[in-house]
Amino acid sequence: MATKASAGVTGETGGDGVRRRDFLNVAAVSFAGVGTVAALAPLVVQMSPSADVLALSTTEVDISKVQPGQGIKTQWRKQPVFVRNLTPKEIQEANAVSMSDLRDPETLAQRTKPGHANWLITLGVCTHLGCVPLGIGEGENKGPYGGYFCPCHGSMYDTAARIRQGPAPKNLMVPDYKFTSPTTVQIG
Amino acid sequence: MSFSWAKPYEPKHPVMKWLDERLPLPRLAYGAIGGGYPVPRNLNYFWNFGVLAGVFLMIQIITGIVLAMHYYATADGAFNSVNQLIMRDVNAGWLLRYAHMNGASFFFIVVYIHIFRGLYYGSYKAPRELVWMLGLVIYLLMMATAFMGYVLPWGQMSYWGAQVITGFFSAFPVIGEPIRVWLLGGYAPDQAALTRFFSLHYLLPFVIAGVVILHIWSLHIPGSGNPTGVDVKDEKDTLPFHPYYTAKDGWFAGAFLLIYALVTFYVPNYLGHPDNYIPANALATPAHIVPEWYFWPFYAILRSCTFNLFWIDAKLWGVLAMFGSILLLFFLPWLDKSPVRSGNYRPLFKRFFWLLVIDVIILGYVGGAPIVWWRTALGQVAAAYYFLHFLVILPLVSAFETTDPLPNSISESVLSGDAAETPVAVAG
Repeated sequence: MATKASAGVTGETGGDGVRRRDFLNVAAVSFAGVGTVAALAPLVVQMSPSADVLALSTTEVDISKVQPGQGIKTQWRKQPVFVRNLTPKEIQEANAVSMSDLRDPETLAQRTKPGHANWLITLGVCTHLGCVPLGIGEGENKGPYGGYFCPCHGSMYDTAARIRQGPAPKNLMVPDYKFTSPTTVQIG
Repeated sequence: MSFSWAKPYEPKHPVMKWLDERLPLPRLAYGAIGGGYPVPRNLNYFWNFGVLAGVFLMIQIITGIVLAMHYYATADGAFNSVNQLIMRDVNAGWLLRYAHMNGASFFFIVVYIHIFRGLYYGSYKAPRELVWMLGLVIYLLMMATAFMGYVLPWGQMSYWGAQVITGFFSAFPVIGEPIRVWLLGGYAPDQAALTRFFSLHYLLPFVIAGVVILHIWSLHIPGSGNPTGVDVKDEKDTLPFHPYYTAKDGWFAGAFLLIYALVTFYVPNYLGHPDNYIPANALATPAHIVPEWYFWPFYAILRSCTFNLFWIDAKLWGVLAMFGSILLLFFLPWLDKSPVRSGNYRPLFKRFFWLLVIDVIILGYVGGAPIVWWRTALGQVAAAYYFLHFLVILPLVSAFETTDPLPNSISESVLSGDAAETPVAVAG
């Protein structure tokens, strides 16, 4: 840094020790810094889901063949989706559970559509680390709560697909969906 | 760096002299791995595993580059390019693939022995803290590389490994799930994830090679440690790296590679998992999902957290404990304050060291086996003991232990053995 005396000789400062060159330095480095950060943006966003992945974001499912007590596995955004036609007994079991017994308290009514309380539609993705729980297919282990059982780390879900025991923190996620007809569901 | 008696590089041939004045690369090699690097003369066979790790890094890079010439990084083609094209059609493809697959396992075997060597002989202590920490960086990079490589064949274990391991990130509240989607480039592992894993799997070994150079550079400032943990005092304590240790490392590499060859040729799938010969299926998780054996202890720690504590849920605890179990090793040089490096002269430390070895083996067993209640409980005890060892036992032992007398010098311990040692006061 130039001292006051030498600065006086070269005439570069305004008397407060700040040289005109300091401004140029700060301005140039700031400009380059902002530019570098801006250049990182495309490198970061290229990692996010691309347009072709997002284009798969709705799925139509025909549920006319699913009898009470049965379920089907379908796919939405490359993730498994469980569509289950609950029996009256299963609905009753789900409604009998006290909210205080639940890790992630939700009623069956909150997890289904009005008028379609027997249709339980959830992602087949365990909220622990993402395995596909068992219990949707014929004869699969439904776990002690009659819903789903995740073989990876032992999470157990009840008939409303709510987490009851094991390491998973949340209930199986209910995706956005709507009934486009009494026998057709659009997920996403 | 190095000792005053290290032989200087003296090129004799005119071409070497000409080169030395322009680009002294042979001089660098001579001082690092040649006659110009003095090494303690009392190294035992545990000191061969550093060079051996370098050998396996080279095997992995060479076989990997060749495999990449035949591999298709597409969700539709990956499985067949490995299991049909490479394993059956490409000339010698089966050999290269099995060599690469088992090379990863043997790389980890070698590195685990290397790490436990360091733990026993106090190689992490001053002035080699950075050597230790750079080694841990290499180890973390190896884990990332191995994981992404395991995804590439796009079998069931590949796919669900990718799902579960990227699922770790979803444990973090609010930002976790967006990070997971960003890492995968989708909502589940698919084409986008496969291609980026391939790109990074190809890149990271070269990053490892770079950090290996820093690791060796920082080692060569104080020079290699030795089984007594006593500093080198004079020329009598050392031998030049070449020819003494190049010969010993060469012979040992030959012997160890025989075991590697035996596994590669006769039981190539012993260390793998049969489910990975089933193509990836996004709709069905294998009943018994486990990572490769070298991740089992950490997987056990992850699974041991089955209960919420304070405001943190079990899932996040598992992830934090698993990452924490490795990150805490970065603080090891400051957790163990004993001035004596080698476990040979630390009677109490020695016992706890072997308890830690048993503990890690138990964790490995629990992590690789299916969940039953008693095994989960065993894993919880073992995981708790792992943290207890480093955070409580080691600081206490190093504070209260009475260590055995150290030899006066390396050459004395070599020439007269432990019996004739003159005791010296152990001071800081």
